[in-house]
Amino acid sequence: MDWYLKPSGFFALKRMDLQRCKKVCPSGVSYYLLTLILGCLFLSQAASASETFLMPLGPVAEEQKVHFFWAMALTMVAILPVFILVPVILFKYRRKKGRGFYAPKWETYGPLELIMWGVPFLVIIVLSVMLWRATARLDPYKEIQGVVPPIKVQVVGLDWKWLFIYPELDIATVGELVVPVHTPISMILTSDTVMQSFFISALAGQIYVMPGMTTQLNFIASKTGETEGENTQYTGDGFADQKFNVQVVNSDNFDRWVQRVHSTGIELSTENYNRLAQRTTKKQAHGELATAQMPEKVIYFTLPGTQLFHEIVMRYHSGKPLSIEDQPGTEKFGRGKEDVEGVQP
Amino acid sequence: MSATEHGWLGKLSWESLVFSNFLESPSINEAVASAAGSLVILASIAILGLLTWYRLWGPLWRDWLTSTDHKKIGIMYIVFAIVMLVRGLLEGMVMRAQQAAAPDGFLHADHFAQLFSTHGTIMVFFVAVPFLVGLINFAMPLQIGARDVAFPVLNQISLAVTVSSGILLMVSLVVGQFSTGGWSAYPPYTGGDFSPGVGPDYWIWAIVFSGAGTTLTGINFTVTVYKCRGPGMHLFRMPLFCWTVLCASILMIFAMPPLSVAALMLGLDRYLDFHFFTNDLGGNMMNYANLFWLFGHPEVYLLVLPAYGIFSEVFSTYSAKTLYGYKSLVIATMCIAILSFTVWLHHFFTMGQSPTINIAFGIATMLIAVPTGVKVYDWMATMYRGRIRFTTPMVYAIGFLILFVIGGLSGVILANPTVDFQVHNTLFLVAHFHNVLIPGVLFGILAGYNYWFPKAFGFRLNDKLGRLSAYLWFAGFMLTFFPLYVAGLLGMPRRSFTYADLTFKPYMIVAFIGAMVVLAALITLVVQFLVSIRDRHKTRVPVGDPWDGRSLEWASPAPVPAYNFVELPTVTDRDEFSEAKEHGRAYQRPKNYRDIELPKNNPLGFILCVTSGILMFALVWYIWWLALISALAILIAVIASTFRKETEYIIPASQLEKDTEAWLALVEKSEAVSRDLEDSPRNVGYSKLEL
Amino acid sequence: MNLSSSSKSPGSIGNAHEAAHRDPAVVIFGFWVFMMSDLIFFGVVFAIYITMVGATAGGPGPKELFDFGSLFAQTMLLLTSSLTVGIATVTMRHERSRASFLFWVVITLLLGIGFLTLELYDFSEMASKGGVPSRSGYLSAFFGLVPLHGLHVTFGCLWMLVLIAQVFTMGMGQVVKLRFLRLALFWHFLDLIWIGIFSIVYFGGWVYG
Repeated sequence: MDWYLKPSGFFALKRMDLQRCKKVCPSGVSYYLLTLILGCLFLSQAASASETFLMPLGPVAEEQKVHFFWAMALTMVAILPVFILVPVILFKYRRKKGRGFYAPKWETYGPLELIMWGVPFLVIIVLSVMLWRATARLDPYKEIQGVVPPIKVQVVGLDWKWLFIYPELDIATVGELVVPVHTPISMILTSDTVMQSFFISALAGQIYVMPGMTTQLNFIASKTGETEGENTQYTGDGFADQKFNVQVVNSDNFDRWVQRVHSTGIELSTENYNRLAQRTTKKQAHGELATAQMPEKVIYFTLPGTQLFHEIVMRYHSGKPLSIEDQPGTEKFGRGKEDVEGVQP
Repeated sequence: MSATEHGWLGKLSWESLVFSNFLESPSINEAVASAAGSLVILASIAILGLLTWYRLWGPLWRDWLTSTDHKKIGIMYIVFAIVMLVRGLLEGMVMRAQQAAAPDGFLHADHFAQLFSTHGTIMVFFVAVPFLVGLINFAMPLQIGARDVAFPVLNQISLAVTVSSGILLMVSLVVGQFSTGGWSAYPPYTGGDFSPGVGPDYWIWAIVFSGAGTTLTGINFTVTVYKCRGPGMHLFRMPLFCWTVLCASILMIFAMPPLSVAALMLGLDRYLDFHFFTNDLGGNMMNYANLFWLFGHPEVYLLVLPAYGIFSEVFSTYSAKTLYGYKSLVIATMCIAILSFTVWLHHFFTMGQSPTINIAFGIATMLIAVPTGVKVYDWMATMYRGRIRFTTPMVYAIGFLILFVIGGLSGVILANPTVDFQVHNTLFLVAHFHNVLIPGVLFGILAGYNYWFPKAFGFRLNDKLGRLSAYLWFAGFMLTFFPLYVAGLLGMPRRSFTYADLTFKPYMIVAFIGAMVVLAALITLVVQFLVSIRDRHKTRVPVGDPWDGRSLEWASPAPVPAYNFVELPTVTDRDEFSEAKEHGRAYQRPKNYRDIELPKNNPLGFILCVTSGILMFALVWYIWWLALISALAILIAVIASTFRKETEYIIPASQLEKDTEAWLALVEKSEAVSRDLEDSPRNVGYSKLEL
Repeated sequence: MNLSSSSKSPGSIGNAHEAAHRDPAVVIFGFWVFMMSDLIFFGVVFAIYITMVGATAGGPGPKELFDFGSLFAQTMLLLTSSLTVGIATVTMRHERSRASFLFWVVITLLLGIGFLTLELYDFSEMASKGGVPSRSGYLSAFFGLVPLHGLHVTFGCLWMLVLIAQVFTMGMGQVVKLRFLRLALFWHFLDLIWIGIFSIVYFGGWVYG
């Protein structure tokens, strides 16, 4: 049985299986092996991709990765017996040529019952303790204690891009999130359209953002590098493009980057914000707003005041109905009533 | 959004037709849409034409559409579910093709979004539910020794509204566009501001009406199991399938209302400018998420529990052995049913609630793994010391056992909020629930279909092709969804119609190949059906017990007569029919023949199917006058039917005597075959006693 | 609770040897299960109302909108109708004259209609003070719940009308009796829901809103 050593082995086996449908027992074995091997093959390949918690850039994602593998390994205690015993049982007790003892009325056996209930229960108890501790420790709302004070970032989900406001630095960006290494990042997030889910796999995982409400995400990067963040909640045509570049840089480079944003950014005035908040992809927004100095699909802003995030959240708490023309993310947003006459919903 | 904005045809216009888009701006995207639309129209015309050509309208009306017989209603459910299954699978394939072809792709984002929305909606509400309800309808009353379900006309009504909602979904292929908000239809995206079209309205009404049907079905089944069991059939003598049906029915009763409430409130938001889930004026979309998943999680168990029941029957029958750990299995089933109401929050661990809440729901979720694990071990112990025959249902059951635990594994992983922050909303999640629903529910359904088919139609399905189909399902499933696990771990969000990162491409291509294998499996299933019809004379099992069955449904001839049992059997054991055969109590002449009273045919179901279909269509398109007329028609039809006086007909004792004597004579002259000849023409449904 | 005991001892309303779907025990039990499902439906809407109590979005709240005088009258009407429907059940069980039975049914019907009229009047009063569902999440939740009960009452009234017609066309047979028993159950159930509405929606809303 060395077929599984060759990568093409399992395809050959599948054909064989189909031919010997009648002799099911061996193919039962092969299917479970195939399953395991496929899984291993894919998991080993996974290590080559960079935008995932399997290649973490910070301790949060690192712990999530470790937890993932531990949960898998512990659950295996309850699952491996199935993989091993089912083929054995099938082989031994097959009707044709099976050599097993036949006990048609055997219906219960106390000690076995105890094992059947006990083993999964013990596994779950161990997993629950792990779950409890990890969940409490990795609470995304908990600020991370670092040697330097955290950098605050306000995140606004728009259709179909993310706006990052650095209130203490008086800058904002679209399509690019730059954070210094070894510095806690404290994010507060909201949406100015439908519900979205903000996700940076290699650093922190994801959190939902909802209009009129805020959520929080805290993380710290432990090495420099580049990764991608995205929205994982479907929000319409531009959804697949709602990604952003994440750069973890050292503090010198970060300062230089802040300078650059300051010098090249345009003012994030109400007018500019309203143009940004329309239903556009990064590329379209870039074409509409960006200047030549800004990188492709990225827009830099400077902040005229510090109230923008607050205003965005409070937009939904005015106590007055928000007409469809004033609701960012709708087709009619930002257009006068006469403009939309011809547009078919 | 008032009625006055639109003309007498509401929002309906020439532009609503799918073909108009294709004519105006031809593209592959529109061509796919138009092809799907044409397929629906052509298939409908073909069916109507064939019915007319073969003059089948009369029999169809008399024997099927107006029938109140639980077996026929069950079969109609299954036919409906198969039609929807074909559509759902094809949609899945188009999506796989799109993702394999991405970043270039051939579909617009909007079209892709409609595909995943209908695929999910159809597979859950119009394939899994009706298929299972069909199998339950067919088998459960037979297993508990009843003549029919508790409320036959209600049963018909449940079928009617389910089918009309399904037809509404089919209509959405031709007229207008379906929702793009996924099967869970989260507002505010599906609210009036962000989805002004008719799509979410299609979703809402299909869900509300089919949900009402499912609730009524749940009531019907619960009462049937509690109150209509035959003499001697204590609860703890019921086959395990009936236990799972009972638990699933209770889930239907309790879990469907939150969904109906959520959908209706979304409807109120959209139609009447309410503010349940809107962004402004105090609306709160988190309420929707809670309501939807308060339904959504029990729903999963509502589907998988009856499938567990089917597997229990299959393992026991084809291992020729009594079910191991019956009481354990019953307790495990009840544990799962109860726990399923305590875990809904795990669908949104990442909504920003406190870790304490996440911990509580995470642990509750993991706890479900305990009774599920017990079940798996019990099935293994059932095969242990048995004589295992590898027939089609058994092959499905074995595939289920192996593949389902992988789904369980990923489920336990997902139950960890820590990990969920990483894999929520990614393809990992998609792979997980397909890994649970395909081996768990679909394989169960197909096992049940192969298992009970001879009982329903009197001849066996081709076993060789059945097994081939099963293997193709396994291979196709693994090729399609294992790559998705990895793509999900790599961070690919679900519902992406395209992606820029080419790391995902190889996985998507493998998944597409898998989808093609699944297509082959579906085709094999159809071929199996056709070949079996061709060979039906060689595979007839009129005596009624082709698999050496253990429960009561095998004690009657195949196909089963309308009255199920001439004399309701008196049950003394859990494996009643098995015991009866062993002790020579099977195939006995009843002591005396007595008239049997059965419910008459009733056109109410059909009328409601048509009127509710029209009502939904009118509501979707804002055609208020039509909505009013059809709503009144529904009311009048229901009231009128309560004035019917003669609701029963009598099958005379003489008829019963004639049928039974003929059957017993057949038993007399038939050869009892051993299990080795199960798949040969000599198996006429009379099993040899093997000890 | 003489009604629930009737589901266990159906002796007084017919024999139990008929087909299962006409067996009174089965029919009544089925109706209990239905009400259980309906109760969940209401329960969920109640829960939504509770979460929405604060969501008035600057619009009118319970203190501005509720008229407890009218509510007291509505409560009295509904509670009395529960009593009269009970009397009707008793007359039916004791096989009193059809006229006395019908009398109590009609009284119940009138009380139900009176309740509905007052409720509609309340709604129109609320609307005149700006209390319409499109004003706020709170009012949406209110108008999602209270009229839902009102619709149930309307349905109950319609059911009563149909039953009155059936008493004349089909006579006081077992079928009609069973239907009336279920209607009575339904009517008591709606009374219970109303008590929930009064204490949670109106009183609770007034206290916490």
